[in-house]
Amino acid sequence: MMQAVLPQPIRMLRGRSVFDWIYAAGLVLGALFAFGRYGSYMDGYEKAILLLAAPVFIALGWGWGSIRALLLVVAGVSLLAIGAYQGELVRSEQAFLLKYLVSSQSAIMWMSALFFLATASYWTGLLAGSDFASGAGTGLTWSAVVMGSTGLLVRWYESYLIGADIGHIPISNLYEVFVLFSLMTALFYLYYEERYGTRQLGAFVMMVVSAAVGFLLWYTFEREAQEIQPLVPALQSWWMKIHVPANFVGYGTFSLAAMAGFAYLIKTHGAARSGRGALALWGAAMALALLLALEAVAFRKTGSSMFWLAYFAVFAAVFGAIVALRKRIAERLPAREVLDDVMYRSIAVGFGFFTIATILGALWAAEAWGSYWSWDPKETWALIVWLNYAAWLHMRQMKGMRGTPLAWWALGGLLVTTFAFLGVNMFLSGLHSYGQL
Amino acid sequence: MAPSIVKLALWCFEVNSPSLVKQTLNGSQLTQQAHTHSPARAALELLASMRFAVSLLTVVAIASTLGTVLKQGEPYANYLNQFGPFWFPAFQGLGLYSVYSAWWFLVILAFLVTSTSLCLWRNTPRMLREIGRFQQGLRERAFDNFPQRAQFASAAPLGSAVELAVAYLRENGFAVRTSALDDGTLIAAQAGMFRRFGYVLAHSAIVLVCIGGLADSDALLKLQLAFGTKQPVRGDMRLADVPENSRLGAGNFSFRGNTLIPEGKSSDVTVINVGEGMLVQDLPFSLSLKQFQIEHYTTGQPRLFASEVIVTDKDTKESFPARIEVNKPLIHKGIAVYQASFDDGGTLIKIAARNLFGGAAPLRSFEGRIGDVLTLELGGTPYQIEFTAFRPFNIENVGAPEPEAAGSLMSRMRSSLGSASRLQSKRELRNVGPSYQYKLRDSAGQAREYHNYMLPIQVDGRWLLMSGMRDAPGDAFRYLRLPLDDNASLDEFSRLRDVVLNKALYADVGRRFALTAAKSDALNETMRTRLQETAERVLDTFSARGFQSVADFLEKAVPDDEREKAAEIYVRVLQGAAWEAWMLARERAGLKRLEPDAAQARFVQDALNAVSDAFFYGVPVYMQMSGFEEIKASVFQLTRSPGKPIVYLGCGLLVLGIFAMFYLRERRLWLLVRSDGIAKLAYSPTRRTLDEDKAFAMHRDALVRILS
Repeated sequence: MMQAVLPQPIRMLRGRSVFDWIYAAGLVLGALFAFGRYGSYMDGYEKAILLLAAPVFIALGWGWGSIRALLLVVAGVSLLAIGAYQGELVRSEQAFLLKYLVSSQSAIMWMSALFFLATASYWTGLLAGSDFASGAGTGLTWSAVVMGSTGLLVRWYESYLIGADIGHIPISNLYEVFVLFSLMTALFYLYYEERYGTRQLGAFVMMVVSAAVGFLLWYTFEREAQEIQPLVPALQSWWMKIHVPANFVGYGTFSLAAMAGFAYLIKTHGAARSGRGALALWGAAMALALLLALEAVAFRKTGSSMFWLAYFAVFAAVFGAIVALRKRIAERLPAREVLDDVMYRSIAVGFGFFTIATILGALWAAEAWGSYWSWDPKETWALIVWLNYAAWLHMRQMKGMRGTPLAWWALGGLLVTTFAFLGVNMFLSGLHSYGQL
Repeated sequence: MAPSIVKLALWCFEVNSPSLVKQTLNGSQLTQQAHTHSPARAALELLASMRFAVSLLTVVAIASTLGTVLKQGEPYANYLNQFGPFWFPAFQGLGLYSVYSAWWFLVILAFLVTSTSLCLWRNTPRMLREIGRFQQGLRERAFDNFPQRAQFASAAPLGSAVELAVAYLRENGFAVRTSALDDGTLIAAQAGMFRRFGYVLAHSAIVLVCIGGLADSDALLKLQLAFGTKQPVRGDMRLADVPENSRLGAGNFSFRGNTLIPEGKSSDVTVINVGEGMLVQDLPFSLSLKQFQIEHYTTGQPRLFASEVIVTDKDTKESFPARIEVNKPLIHKGIAVYQASFDDGGTLIKIAARNLFGGAAPLRSFEGRIGDVLTLELGGTPYQIEFTAFRPFNIENVGAPEPEAAGSLMSRMRSSLGSASRLQSKRELRNVGPSYQYKLRDSAGQAREYHNYMLPIQVDGRWLLMSGMRDAPGDAFRYLRLPLDDNASLDEFSRLRDVVLNKALYADVGRRFALTAAKSDALNETMRTRLQETAERVLDTFSARGFQSVADFLEKAVPDDEREKAAEIYVRVLQGAAWEAWMLARERAGLKRLEPDAAQARFVQDALNAVSDAFFYGVPVYMQMSGFEEIKASVFQLTRSPGKPIVYLGCGLLVLGIFAMFYLRERRLWLLVRSDGIAKLAYSPTRRTLDEDKAFAMHRDALVRILS
């Protein structure tokens, strides 16, 4: 977060470490190298995006030190993978390193596995009160982020190996943005983890990430959605490079806020043996399980009733266990003020970026579809999400509305966000038909 | 615990309690002494209140979902189908078919604008005043009211203590004013006051966006229609016949229309769809389409849509060429021209009509354009042929079908490793050439739809001409597959068929069939005769309605348990007889007899299938496409949207405002340094967060250190 008003730029320069400067120089040189080598293939906007990427990542790295290491490792691993390709796609079958580790699909599979392990570790840490397990959760989450980012970057490279005209940034369909969503949510969580010095929230946030990864795996195994597809004309625009990531900052942080809200409710009602709060929690847990099970039914139309009953049972068991163990969990969760702060901050960040994303979407739509707003289902749902969190932020300014009501609202917001992100693609048709299920 | 729905509803419309009136929009500790005296005043208070804002935002959100659940702007017939005659008009009255321009939706938005404007009007002057106003009037007593306060001893002499503290605060981004009091000095400091601009910007942005959006909406058009000054016409009217009160002048300041221009043609109007009808909008220029360009990836997905046009200005008579692509619109005279879609512009299809039941030579050749309707006589009955579509190419997956999700999780896992391009090898996409679609409508008005490929398609090593037919638009096409011979012609098929359907030749064919059979098996005279009779009967049965009549016959004549075996024998006899029929046909044409092999047997099988399917083709004539001259059409969307700059300005302000509100931390700090060496500190951030608690602790500790 920014520190003060005017002397900001000067403050940022003062007291920088040598590592900071090396990091910045690396980014600038990298951007210039890319510019020199590929600049002639880019249009003016793309050049601007490339050149602006350097200061943006410098600011990110300087603001949050861990980004520097992340970027270095991701760059290293990705370059290793690109080197191993030797310009031939078929190498992904032959080279051990590519086939099992760092080709895009393998890396994304690793990311998926690591995210699952991270979730398990965080939960072990939370329930057993083991700092070691929670620490392992952090390590695993970071590793998952490294593998996922590498996966996306290598996928980008692979798309150009398929054909020069097919190559494009891998944020163009539902499969790709699901990876992006997992990464964004995990990264924002890691930021708050470091900032607030608590790892207990990881158990909650990683549940959302795990659910996203579960969907990703289903999407891969059942629908073979991982294949790189060329871009239809409407998507061939530099707008995509900023519209989509900005959107996923929003989706990610809103999900994070929902989980912080869930944790807040557990913390609040943790002590209550019975009573309305606990009852409501039980209700919410079962409703959530039912919804997830229904989603499973929608995904797999051929499945038997046993199949979705099993789904429901699993989710009900997970959420039921959380509510049943709420006392123990509540004891170890950070203070309500911290949870409230995380919730507020993520929604504030998300709201800002979601606003930008929606506006960028409107500007793009004006060029591609001839109208900045056409009440297309995806647009309309973006507006609904925006209105929802606008209302939430206004609520927070009212007396007596802090705490529990806002936590419930944030948790409910997850439904709205999920529907905008996924439900629209599943149930409604419209101009945004790039991610049809 | 969340309030129940009822409570929530009550809460939304409850008249403000004084405590809530005091609550100001930015949540700062500024208080406002407004009380609810008159009903008008009370209404005003309600409109400008936070709870009303929250309720409104929720209501707009819920209202917006409505239009996503029900598909908007469909033809009315679809809705009538969906809801039935009772609900259809009711829903129409509620504007559910175009929710976002329905009167009630606009009323809700009007409330949103009013409420936001009222908040702005009430809060802006004070908020801006506060930016430059240091609160230097803080009494010493008041320090005790702040949750974040401290008291400590200052060792430095008053003058230098103040100097040091001021320097520290300035260093940390505070603007500072000092005022000398009787018993000391009060330092009033503040930072991040520009956050207040954020509030003003973000909220004015909402008003701007709504106003801009209204200017670009069809609200004005709806008014004109409501007052009857403009009257929409039915969509099938010719442009020249459109009356004056259905045309909109080139001066119209806001519109959105569609224009279809075939290659080589031009247009100077655009069509605005209004419910079931349309209005014609005149343009200040004319567009002429030189060429529409469409390119594809090897996978068949479109890669590029582009129109090469010539724009001719009506005032200056000047012309210039332009290229319009998706994502690259043309803007001329404030009107933006977008590449919206494409269509067929009247491609000329050349047709050779062939009789499916006799003769090798085409019955006749003729031509038609896509969009045309011609009258024809087929098999003695008059038909209307409507040319509906032409596709210059068709990408089909002709690769082997994938095994159905075979294998364990492990093997599936293995197959999803590696690069993300793997799947391409599993599919084999191929362009199978052009095709066209037409409808044949009989005198009763019943239409069948046909889809004919121009080129033969290779299936398992043999070449087939495909023609699809369906009875209803929702059905899948059922394909008639005509087998081609080695010369890529239908001649051999026609010969074979003509004999198979020629009853006069059955005796000859049956005899040959029996003779051939006798060569391989020793058969006596009676058995040969029976075989001959069987062959004749099978052919006769087949010639009625193909395999269907053979199946019907078996159904009737053979008991259930023997039917399968009998069917097998019948089919073999039929194939053998068809082979002899073919050989007879070749003999009559002066061609030599062929030696049977697997490929020839396959050909006979395909030919029999084709003859059989022809009985269910609807008409006895196959309209083979023998050539085409393609003419494409480009569909443009033309808009003049005067609200766009206003909306964009609003968007810019919104972003600035939101980021100012969330990321500028507005806070005030007071330090009272008394002459007796006691220092009192009070800290008041607008937003109480953990960060601010930390910031307070940091400033407190630093000031204690500096002053000690």
